[in-house]
Amino acid sequence: MSHAATSFAPGQSRTGPRILIGLAVLLTGLLVVAPLIYIFARAFSAGWGAYVRNIMAPDTLHAIWLTSITALIVVPVNILFGIAAAWAVAKHRFPGRGLLVTIIEIPFSISPIIAGICYLLLYGRQGLLGPWLQAHDVQMMFALPGIVMVTMFVTAPFVAREVLPLMQAQGTEQEQAAVTLGASGWQIFTRVTLPGIKWALLYGAVLCTARAVGEFGGVSVVSGNIRGQTNTLPLQVELLFNDLNAVGAFAAASILTLIALVALVLKAVLEGRKAV
Amino acid sequence: MTITITGMRKRFGPTEVLRGIDLTVEKGELVALLGPSGSGKTTLLKIIAGLDWPDMGGLDVDGVNWLNLPAQDRRIGFVFQHYALFPHMKVRDNIAFGLTVRPRSQRPGRGVIAARVDELLHLLQIAHLGDRYPAQLSGGQRQRVALGRALAIEPTVLLLDEPFGALDAAIRRDLRNWLREVHGATGSTSIFVTHDQEEAFELADRVVIMGQGQIEQIGSADQIHDRPATPFVANFMGATVEIPVTMRAGRIEAAGIDATRLERRVLPDGPATLFLRPDDITPIADTQGCWTIETVASTGATLRIALKDGAGNRVETVLPRRAPEAAGLTPGTRTHLRPEAGSVFPGPRPATTPAPAAQAPAKENIR
Ligand SMILES: Nc1ncnc2c1ncn2[C@@H]1O[C@H](COP(=O)(O)OP(=O)(O)O)[C@@H](O)[C@H]1O
Ligand SMILES: [Mg+2]
Repeated sequence: MSHAATSFAPGQSRTGPRILIGLAVLLTGLLVVAPLIYIFARAFSAGWGAYVRNIMAPDTLHAIWLTSITALIVVPVNILFGIAAAWAVAKHRFPGRGLLVTIIEIPFSISPIIAGICYLLLYGRQGLLGPWLQAHDVQMMFALPGIVMVTMFVTAPFVAREVLPLMQAQGTEQEQAAVTLGASGWQIFTRVTLPGIKWALLYGAVLCTARAVGEFGGVSVVSGNIRGQTNTLPLQVELLFNDLNAVGAFAAASILTLIALVALVLKAVLEGRKAV
Repeated sequence: MTITITGMRKRFGPTEVLRGIDLTVEKGELVALLGPSGSGKTTLLKIIAGLDWPDMGGLDVDGVNWLNLPAQDRRIGFVFQHYALFPHMKVRDNIAFGLTVRPRSQRPGRGVIAARVDELLHLLQIAHLGDRYPAQLSGGQRQRVALGRALAIEPTVLLLDEPFGALDAAIRRDLRNWLREVHGATGSTSIFVTHDQEEAFELADRVVIMGQGQIEQIGSADQIHDRPATPFVANFMGATVEIPVTMRAGRIEAAGIDATRLERRVLPDGPATLFLRPDDITPIADTQGCWTIETVASTGATLRIALKDGAGNRVETVLPRRAPEAAGLTPGTRTHLRPEAGSVFPGPRPATTPAPAAQAPAKENIR
């Protein structure tokens, strides 16, 4: 910064850049840092004991468990889907290839709530497939499958879109070289393709995890907000807050915040590796 | 391994990339595929390697139909134009790759693989680079690693796609000699692709000239240089001056051309086209001549002379500056042209680019 400032012609005012930088710092403070500190301050406002008690409350524990299990299902599935989709698009030519790229990106442009409502209208009790599902004793909505489905929809593009540009840039020559050297399809994938994309893959997985854990709108539609049963962590925070249990709400929120901070650090580290 | 290619055709969508290739490469031979960019050289190489398939035609290697054999089982060494090294593996692991992916029953032991890699690093003169990554190597060094990786599996057929295309002139010359030695040492049958004439002729036992998906001519440097089989080859070999002439009783006749230095040819009477290299044309000052010198540019050793005739045809010739004929050649001088050597093909001058000979042209040439 100081270097940029000293390169200004003598006599020219340096106050302009300083005001802009000051403004940026102020806004970051107001919008990001202050709330972050506030979350932890409120969470611990009644002391460690109260914090631990609130976290260990059965409903909150269940929400943590539900969010974890959702992420544990969604992230691996999306990694597999992302690799498969990127592989298909980058390394093969087939009709409808362009369309597939567009479809992968759809969740970015559709509100999660819309997705949730669509699932509700399709798989819900009154939905199109509702009677059939009921007849076979399958409950999708207001249960884990619905939560997983909507989260999967929302996070579907994350891995594919990190891996795809890299695979496209690498082309197919390395794989062709491996073929001529006698490698089998699986050997080519694990020893040539995968190592080439591993950092981008991890990066995509981190983004996917952060998003899966934090998803609110879509999940709120399909989960039915059943206390202690279908509330994920973000929904639990809202519920506790509406119950006027501020310490409880902030304690739960602190868990989400911690996950987000860890993801942020991982993301920064991976971004460095990815660029190498 | 004797490679026999018969009637091979391949199209990508509407473009016919290979239009009937017939070629036999003998065991232990080093053959160059020479041709302009887009003539289908890489496609042919990839089909031999099993990385692509023809629409029609046969590929036989020592009596085995290779079109039914997956690329993994052909045991060829393929060196890619841009090397295609594995960037996340050290040089050593790149070279060992083909050995380490073998099924357990056929895989040599760790020690054997390491010894083989050492041997190759030594042969390739990059013994000190074994623990580097490809990104830490120069172009020439990468090229050596790519070749080492291909040689590690002891291929019976070695295919190289423009192996020196991305390197500068000095390194090219160096690697060329060295490739010749490696080919001799391994005894493999080798085909390499190039668009560099000098490289092709210097390195190969035989040169195959390809133009727009067809083989135009197969031969040695002298054969191709002196007796181009088609207008395309004549043009590709530098005979860029095309003059419409008339054949009469085996003699070449055209206004303003002194054809006395050209041999008589066995060609039917009628229109024909004379293909000449700019440095095989001598302008002779002649007040009756129908060519007029437009410009004369000197490069020190040679003169580059541009001429024009009454009909607006333009010709460029190159003449040693100290040649006796060069005296008195100044802009505005009227001359006739005396070709020293050239080839003639029946039929009028082809439109712009030489058509890839739809009909086989008569192989009648002059010296
Ligand atoms: N996979 C492909 N799809 C479509 N066209 C291709 C493909 N590969 C090559 N071509 C076309 O085939 C022609 C010959 O290509 P190539 O064999 O690479 O020529 P060369 O190696 O002689 O330059 C070119 O016109 C090229 O555009
Ligand atoms: Mg090519």
